[in-house]
Amino acid sequence: MEDPGKTEVVLLACGSFNPVTNMHLRLFELARDYMNGTGKYRVVKGIISPVGDAYKKKGLISAHHRVIMAELATKNSSWVEVDSWESLQKEWTETEKVLRHHQEKLEAGGCDRQQDSPVLERPGRKRKWAEQRSEVSQKKSLEPRTKGVPEVKLLCGADILESFGVPNLWKSEDIAKIVGVYGLVCVTRVGNDAQKFIYESDVLWKHRANIHLVNEWITNDISSTKIRRALRRGQSIRYLVPDLVGEYIEKHSLYSSESEERNVGVVLAPLQRNTADTNSNPTV
Amino acid sequence: MYQVIGGIISPVNDNYKKKDLAAAHHRVAMVQLALQMSDWIRVDTWECEQAQWMETVKVLRHHHHQLLRSLSPEEGPDQGTAVSPAPAAAPELKFLCGADVLKTFQTPNLWKDEHIQEIVEKFGLVCVGRAGHDPKAYIMGSPILRRYQHNIHLVREPVQNEISATYIRSALGQGQSVKYLLPDAVIAYIKNHNLYSRDSPQKGNGTRNSGAETGQGGPATAPLSSP
Repeated sequence: MEDPGKTEVVLLACGSFNPVTNMHLRLFELARDYMNGTGKYRVVKGIISPVGDAYKKKGLISAHHRVIMAELATKNSSWVEVDSWESLQKEWTETEKVLRHHQEKLEAGGCDRQQDSPVLERPGRKRKWAEQRSEVSQKKSLEPRTKGVPEVKLLCGADILESFGVPNLWKSEDIAKIVGVYGLVCVTRVGNDAQKFIYESDVLWKHRANIHLVNEWITNDISSTKIRRALRRGQSIRYLVPDLVGEYIEKHSLYSSESEERNVGVVLAPLQRNTADTNSNPTV
Repeated sequence: MYQVIGGIISPVNDNYKKKDLAAAHHRVAMVQLALQMSDWIRVDTWECEQAQWMETVKVLRHHHHQLLRSLSPEEGPDQGTAVSPAPAAAPELKFLCGADVLKTFQTPNLWKDEHIQEIVEKFGLVCVGRAGHDPKAYIMGSPILRRYQHNIHLVREPVQNEISATYIRSALGQGQSVKYLLPDAVIAYIKNHNLYSRDSPQKGNGTRNSGAETGQGGPATAPLSSP
């Protein structure tokens, strides 16, 4: 069913997924409809890549649980899956490196090969250890993409786009690579400032053709922060997260005032790393 | 202090003749599928089984009557409720709606004033906020609502979620995904019965009623669900 005129795309979403919500899942659906609708792309896969514990965000519970919840959430999806590579790294890993990892995996022909899931084995989808990864991990810049290999693009909400402006959160060379080499698919609320933000940034403006803004007509305010708050207050999160995720959270009593205090006073990993770097460049 | 012991979804009668209204048996089936995992909300078909469309207040009266009957001492406690054997006060039935419905009380000829009064005086309203609406203002702008404002409970939606059935139908008509906006079982049902696609036959197509507009004369119509 390949269409030679269309570029195949893999949508990669990075983030805490603390917990995964229906909003996260909606991003994938909206992005796929949009990209396929342009007539130029065919979205072949979606990947949820939960961040590792070393990210040190406040309230971040263990990657083990976050990966399992994401797997429960995508159980009934025919095209979105979870990848635990990022979450298994000992050190926090920049988003650009995660994109690179997945792009290289595709180049190496590993479209269906997956890392071992920590716990959940999906029937019919055997996961193998991708040893090839270590051989290609030292590439400094990507060679021209092999024809026929899907392109990995970063899927995100407008908040991520605007976080490019937060000092020391992103390396400017990473931002340049993310929009220049890979591409961004950014789901935004109507009337959002995403376009203005792109206009006001030289590097984003330069690669604006590679930044796809997708309109979210339904205001979808289901943030993980609000979910955790509702749980602390004993309020229902039904219909905001998939039922299986809600049941898992309840069964393991995952979110509480105590869990929300994790990493309080600890500096977020990217801020730590980029401030410590004596050659850090001002971000965009 | 209240204890909510049950929830009822009552789909409107086909004779409401709202644009794009799918047949009642489909709408009931979809609600049932959506409520599979709920242990306290149920669907009731009394309203849509009536021969004619009926005003909201009549539906409220019917269900309140049923509620009192099922909990009266002569018949014994209802097995299905979580109420303790001897409730201190008679159970109350309240009308649950979005702020958009509250606004429609202002539309001329849509609701009978005496019905509005009976709803807020005898039953009570639980109104969930919706973006672009100011329920406090609607209450303050109406003498009847102002008088019974103690019986109108405004629920702030901590997580704003603007999923509307209108949007769903529009997205489906354009072949777009509505996954994670509706339960999977409902999406499957819609697909299997070819509902809401561009070419599927819909009841009420071609009439101009959109719930908030005036009826064609005769008894005043009353909007029941969100557009």
